[in-house]
Amino acid sequence: MILKKLSRPGALIPVGLGLLLASSVARAEYALNMTESVTPLGRELYSLHMLVFWICVVIGVVVFGAMAWSIIYHRKSQGAEAANFHESTTIEIVWTVVPLLILIGIAIPATGTLIDLEDAKTDADITLQVTGIQWKWKYTYIDEDVSFVSSLAQSSRDVVSDPTGNENYLLEVDNPVVLPINKKVRFLFHSDDVIHAWWVPDLAVKQDSIPGFINDSWAIIEEPGTYRGQCAELCGKDHGFMPIVVEAVTEDEYQQWLVSQRAAAAEAAAAAEQEWSVQDLLARGETVYQSNCAACHGPTGAGIPGAFPAMTGSAIVNGDPAAHIDIVVNGKAGTAMAAYKSQLNDVDIAAVITYERNALGNSVGDTVQPSAIKNAR
Amino acid sequence: MQTETTHDDVHGAHDEHDHHGPAKGLMRWVTTTNHKDIGTLYLWLSFIMLLYGGSMAMVIRLELFQPGLQWVDPHFFNQMTTMHGLVMVFGAIMPAFVGLANWLVPMMIGAPDMALPRLNNWSFWILPFAFTMLASTTFMEGGAPAFGWTFYAPLSTTFAPDSTDFFIFAVHLMGISSVMGSINIIATILNMRAPGMTLMKMPLFVWTWLITAYLLIAVMPVLAGAVTMMLTDRHFGTSFFDAAGGGDPVLFQHVFWFFGHPEVYIMILPAFGIISAIVPTFARKPLFGYSSMVYATASIAILSFMVWAHHMFTTGMPVAGELYFMYATILISVPTGVKVFNWVSTMWKGSMTFETPMLFALGFIIMFTIGGFSGLMLGVAPVDTQYHDTYFVVAHFHYVLVTGALYSIIAAFYYWVPKWTGHMYDETLGKIHFWWSTIAVNVLFFPQHFVGLAGMPRRIPDYSLQFAEFNAISSIGGFAFGLAQVFFLYIVIKTIKGGKKATDQVWEGATGLEFEQLSSPPPYHSFTQAPPVR
Repeated sequence: MILKKLSRPGALIPVGLGLLLASSVARAEYALNMTESVTPLGRELYSLHMLVFWICVVIGVVVFGAMAWSIIYHRKSQGAEAANFHESTTIEIVWTVVPLLILIGIAIPATGTLIDLEDAKTDADITLQVTGIQWKWKYTYIDEDVSFVSSLAQSSRDVVSDPTGNENYLLEVDNPVVLPINKKVRFLFHSDDVIHAWWVPDLAVKQDSIPGFINDSWAIIEEPGTYRGQCAELCGKDHGFMPIVVEAVTEDEYQQWLVSQRAAAAEAAAAAEQEWSVQDLLARGETVYQSNCAACHGPTGAGIPGAFPAMTGSAIVNGDPAAHIDIVVNGKAGTAMAAYKSQLNDVDIAAVITYERNALGNSVGDTVQPSAIKNAR
Repeated sequence: MQTETTHDDVHGAHDEHDHHGPAKGLMRWVTTTNHKDIGTLYLWLSFIMLLYGGSMAMVIRLELFQPGLQWVDPHFFNQMTTMHGLVMVFGAIMPAFVGLANWLVPMMIGAPDMALPRLNNWSFWILPFAFTMLASTTFMEGGAPAFGWTFYAPLSTTFAPDSTDFFIFAVHLMGISSVMGSINIIATILNMRAPGMTLMKMPLFVWTWLITAYLLIAVMPVLAGAVTMMLTDRHFGTSFFDAAGGGDPVLFQHVFWFFGHPEVYIMILPAFGIISAIVPTFARKPLFGYSSMVYATASIAILSFMVWAHHMFTTGMPVAGELYFMYATILISVPTGVKVFNWVSTMWKGSMTFETPMLFALGFIIMFTIGGFSGLMLGVAPVDTQYHDTYFVVAHFHYVLVTGALYSIIAAFYYWVPKWTGHMYDETLGKIHFWWSTIAVNVLFFPQHFVGLAGMPRRIPDYSLQFAEFNAISSIGGFAFGLAQVFFLYIVIKTIKGGKKATDQVWEGATGLEFEQLSSPPPYHSFTQAPPVR
């Protein structure tokens, strides 16, 4: 899908000198220009982008052309004698008014596009709430009773020291967002901690998710496919590691997916009612720890001194389980420690607490069951 | 500082011409109230900061040379991008322009020195302490500030390392220094001009600095306010920027960019003044449209206060606000265009030669204009939602700040150093420096337009494989550009130590009091009697 945009003359560079074009177009066309997108709004943005780009190219040719002419013909070594003219009110007015007219020519289409861009409310078919969390995304399908957290896939985490050949490195998640095609999707953006920005270039959606605010944006996806994006606003240590994957499917497939999501949630709720063995809790806890806790507290529990506390030997981890449960479930106000009750289910929280107490250099020896988490909520 | 001895040697040499010469030894530099000495101190501080900030850029480009995490961890990477930005903006570019103002403004307006010499000493000597404090955060537990040079709350408040308090104090000191420096420059320009030096006869460098000084006085207190609110949010229980306490994280961005946008003009207006001095000299033709240049500078300065929220098009402003900020922003390209057109017309039918200062000035005009084009694109709000926070923005502001502001500073060095030291720099080395830097800087920043448009966010320590080729190219350009500035250091030292004797006029086409009325090097107190002004 990206490849088909290549061969267009428009797919050149945004700014600049023709010289550089010729050499670079041939080899890496796939990454030279903005994507044309799969939404009507995205196509509008793309053509506006190209309009402004070509206006810049034309102005550049005129200005740099005049400079080049002077440099070539009005040089002392060519015997050029300096003229002495140094002002002309007429010319100053001309080159104030002409750019002004060009700007009006840009502002008119830009105004229309901007008004379209901001019209997320009208006739929305689906509302998807997107919550930015350090460093993952939580998606809630309003009115559909479906909600899940989506974070960087383990396949990318495993190869971070040498990702050669890993397709979609850093652009793969464990739980992708699924959306139907040809429906107007309204996105609502919010954050639990710092400011993030949800950006999927193919959908032409980039909007900040800000604590205390709800922003919106919209897209009508016209082609089925997998669309990838990333967080675009610096949000701390793992800002580069919170990708977005949107799978656009037909309406039927979307409905089936919703059903399967609800079934999976019911299954997880049932699992929380059971008594879990230590081995099962530890195994699950390790996975949960590595994808949720390791970014700050370190893969081995060492933390980052001065920024993030260590797990190994921690007083809370080695102390009363109730305090340990409280800090994981409710977070710690005024610090980067999030309230995991909104991100993880009872089993996951029980497993990770059990893991922290019996691994990472700690050996308290007790287990925490999902029922204890349920009571702590 | 290895530089002090060099300077003593040089100034020792022209003590012979001047009975009121400087004191000897290290204390000369600590206690000096002389505008040239303080200018030199500012310029050396700026060069040291350029190399310090540049070495952090090398770490960034090294990590980004190939996908994957090879050299530094993401937390340290974020410290590098943050400190690189802070050091380059507040440590390299701004002090360099203040240093140039110190050296040049009194000589250009026919004054013996700055109006407030002791204040001048103080505004410089605050800075080494401020930057030592800022740099020391790298060695603290938890590391240096890691939230970007724009330090958006709440990442810089609730979620920041303890060293942030040192950063806040350092910013306060830099602000005090800038405000005092600006007061001094305004007082000098308005009170110390030689008889006959009317405002509309002042060289454009003096004009642009006069306007810049007003911008600084207006916005540095706003920055101080922003960091003070951060401090009270962090320690004294306020909630200016904390949504959980009824505060507003977006307020931080409004306050920051109300400082931040005029700040970018603070870093470019003096550059306009430098280019307006150099181009006429080497075209051997008076500057075209002097008065329109003055009015354009003033228009840019006034508009710069009205466009701040164009940095915030994705924060969810009301559509009316976005429309206003889009219109106001693209309007700035009109006076900026006027400046470029005037420079090109100055060259037109001139008699041009291409010594190193002129090469850097021409490089400035072309590459600053490229940065201006991408700036126009970024100003168009609906498409900015796609450019915002990508490498397209990184490419844009490095074109205006590196090939813009920094190139003008380098051009100014080559243009005025023969006047300052009495020595010509080595023209061959200067030309090598220009071509080496210019090729490298384009290899470095031009590909960043492509990766940005193709979807690479800024401030990420690692990227997906589709961006690998251009990042590798960019890194190679980065290393070459960094090395070129070490070569520049060699040229600077070589020129200070000796070189062909410069004439008093230095350049065939040079005009202005500093070239027409003063020897090369000039006496320690530039003008003891007011010079005649044509």
